[in-house]
Amino acid sequence: MKHPLLLVAGLVGAIAVAPFMTTGPLSAQAGETISIEAGDAFHESLQEALILAEAGTVIELPEGRFELQTGLSIDVADITLRGQGMDKTVLSFAGQVAGSEGLLVTSDRVTMEGFAIEDTPGDGIKAKGVDRVTFRDVRVEWTRGPNAENGAYGIYPVQSMNVLIEGVKVYGASDAGIYVGQSQHIIVRNSLAELNVAGIEIENCYFADVYDNVATRNTGGILVFDLPNLPQMGGHSVRVFRNKSFNNNTANFAPEGNIVATVPRGTGLLIMANNNIEVFENEFHDNASVNLLMAAYPREYNDPNYNPLPRGIYVHGNTYGRAGYEPDKAVADLIAPATGVPVPDIVWDGAVDGFWSAFFGPDDSDKIIIKESEGVTFANLQLVKDMILPWGASPKFDISEHAGERPRISPVVVAQDSRGQ
Amino acid sequence: MCIEFRTRIACLGLAVFLSLVMAMSSGAVDVELIKQRRPAKALSAYGFFEDLTLQTPVTGVVPYDLQVPLFTDYAEKYRFAYVPDGQTAIYDDSEAFRFPVGSALIKTFAYPADFRNPDTNVRLIETRLLLRQEKGWNAWTYVWNDEQTDAVLKVAGTMTPVAFVDASGTEKEINYIVPNKNQCKGCHSLNGEFTPIGPKARNLNKDYDYKNGAQNQLEHWHQEGLLNAVTPTPPSMPDMFDASADLNDRARAYLDINCAHCHRAEGPASTSGLFLTYTEDNPTAWGYEKRPVAAGRGSGGFLYDIAPGNADQSILYHRMQSVDPAVMMPEVGRTTVHTEGLSLIREWINNLD
Repeated sequence: MKHPLLLVAGLVGAIAVAPFMTTGPLSAQAGETISIEAGDAFHESLQEALILAEAGTVIELPEGRFELQTGLSIDVADITLRGQGMDKTVLSFAGQVAGSEGLLVTSDRVTMEGFAIEDTPGDGIKAKGVDRVTFRDVRVEWTRGPNAENGAYGIYPVQSMNVLIEGVKVYGASDAGIYVGQSQHIIVRNSLAELNVAGIEIENCYFADVYDNVATRNTGGILVFDLPNLPQMGGHSVRVFRNKSFNNNTANFAPEGNIVATVPRGTGLLIMANNNIEVFENEFHDNASVNLLMAAYPREYNDPNYNPLPRGIYVHGNTYGRAGYEPDKAVADLIAPATGVPVPDIVWDGAVDGFWSAFFGPDDSDKIIIKESEGVTFANLQLVKDMILPWGASPKFDISEHAGERPRISPVVVAQDSRGQ
Repeated sequence: MCIEFRTRIACLGLAVFLSLVMAMSSGAVDVELIKQRRPAKALSAYGFFEDLTLQTPVTGVVPYDLQVPLFTDYAEKYRFAYVPDGQTAIYDDSEAFRFPVGSALIKTFAYPADFRNPDTNVRLIETRLLLRQEKGWNAWTYVWNDEQTDAVLKVAGTMTPVAFVDASGTEKEINYIVPNKNQCKGCHSLNGEFTPIGPKARNLNKDYDYKNGAQNQLEHWHQEGLLNAVTPTPPSMPDMFDASADLNDRARAYLDINCAHCHRAEGPASTSGLFLTYTEDNPTAWGYEKRPVAAGRGSGGFLYDIAPGNADQSILYHRMQSVDPAVMMPEVGRTTVHTEGLSLIREWINNLD
């Protein structure tokens, strides 16, 4: 709904050209729409509107392609930023000289929909420390394709609550296309991640549902990570289901030092550390290193509160196509020599918590349960046992050792979404 | 009823007299304007200055200086604090003082044409206001006109080219960035709330050349009624260029004022786990062999924020010497490299075991 007094020329023109000249409204009232006009003042009008808008305002972007030199930001609650579609309203940051991201959100209940962010030197859209943030039908793209000079993250909510990402497309991120970090109650669905180092990455998060997405032509399709030395650790309760993760064979182009720089080219799904993860009804195929890998955090760390092991994982009802035919990095150096090529569909490094677990298996609650159809291949590398025993330990290929059931994880509900799953 | 002409004159006279008295007793600062959510269009409206162009404050607006300032492209900064009459800021040993509603922190950024003569031919670029309102702090930036007679509100911020000759005599030209309110909050944020950075005890604890002579700023603020109290031995930080002071203290002081407003558990960079406050004593937290988290290209291909003994392999150093928006730290507030700060950090890292 547009308020007649606040139409394009009236309000936005006034803000852009001569703010506060009149006794008229300083900014839109709740529930109203500010339409930003194309033109020379586009950037300034837009940023002014984003600052001066009252809670509840819809800020509408016109169709067109706009070049911006500095990053945009939203710090007012209850704002909707809406374009005319992810291919019709394009904000290009190819000439950006300042700002670590294209758009930064630091207020609660912000919705972004129907526009594209292109070619930011840094991250695409970052939302930090917010509640109820929604990314819908947004595209973030580095148009030159995979390149180490591309920005790190496309869609980047962090330390946030109630994160909803749906219908987005991200191409070319030099770290992760869709990256959710240190957050709680997250849904990522119906989205596409292509040509990134990591397609979709859930890192140090609690309660995440990742479903009905496509991850293809990345280095690694989907990653579920937990890292040490961070304010929120102990990632848990993540469901990855009904996704298609295939042909993720782009060479890793992440800058060294970052954890994703270690991801082998051709990884379908990689679970590193974390507790209570459910992986089901996904399709994995044509991933040259491995379809599904579960591994411990591989680096040294000095955080007494951190658990580097993947625990309590339930893998069932997935389909696995050809994979493991051309392993890379750790899969080539550590796994393939033990398993042979092709690398099995599902690989667990077998790192467990200490001597006892190495010989008798982890506690029930920490066990990895696999219930897949006949013919799905598996390897447990028994890394810890291999280190403990002077004569070493060879990998086990018997998937039936992981038979069983685990309680299903409840669906995630985010406050701004009535749909749920 | 008819009012006698003479009475009316007398009334008018009294009103003029009273307003004069009020103006003299409280300076000409418009406290009500400070409290309003709607900003004034021009800086002059607030009445902070007797002479705007010369940056001469009215009585009650106190100039101050910081022991270790935030680097902003070598800009000269004129800082002033205002606390409404009869009220005081609340002293704190470690955090920024808590200011009462109606207070203002004023900072003007300026460039002399030649830094070898810093007091002549000075161009005022922008004045930033931090205004303490009922709902908390609010920030606005005012950009100076070409005539240097007043500064006008720029809600969205702007960019402006600035040319100057630096202290070594080299001609420089930069694309100076005037931040907007949200960018200000990018640093001025504690637990998501707008907050001042500079006015902390450890950073104000130094002498200032007032009109009536030099005095310790904390004592002066207390004496002038801006501050409710001062502890007998307030915390202090070394001057970062005082080579006789401890190298570690100087480096940590530099990181404290330039980085720790974001890089602390309550700040915008909490997600990184890199905490650079002066008092942080967990080595991993202040970067010692700490791995990057979401640095992206900022990592520069290096493994640790601080690789002891090796600045050239340290991400922290790498990001300080970059002006690439995806790499540089701090993210805002500079478009050039702070050579002196960089060499301090270099020396410090190279001397770490």
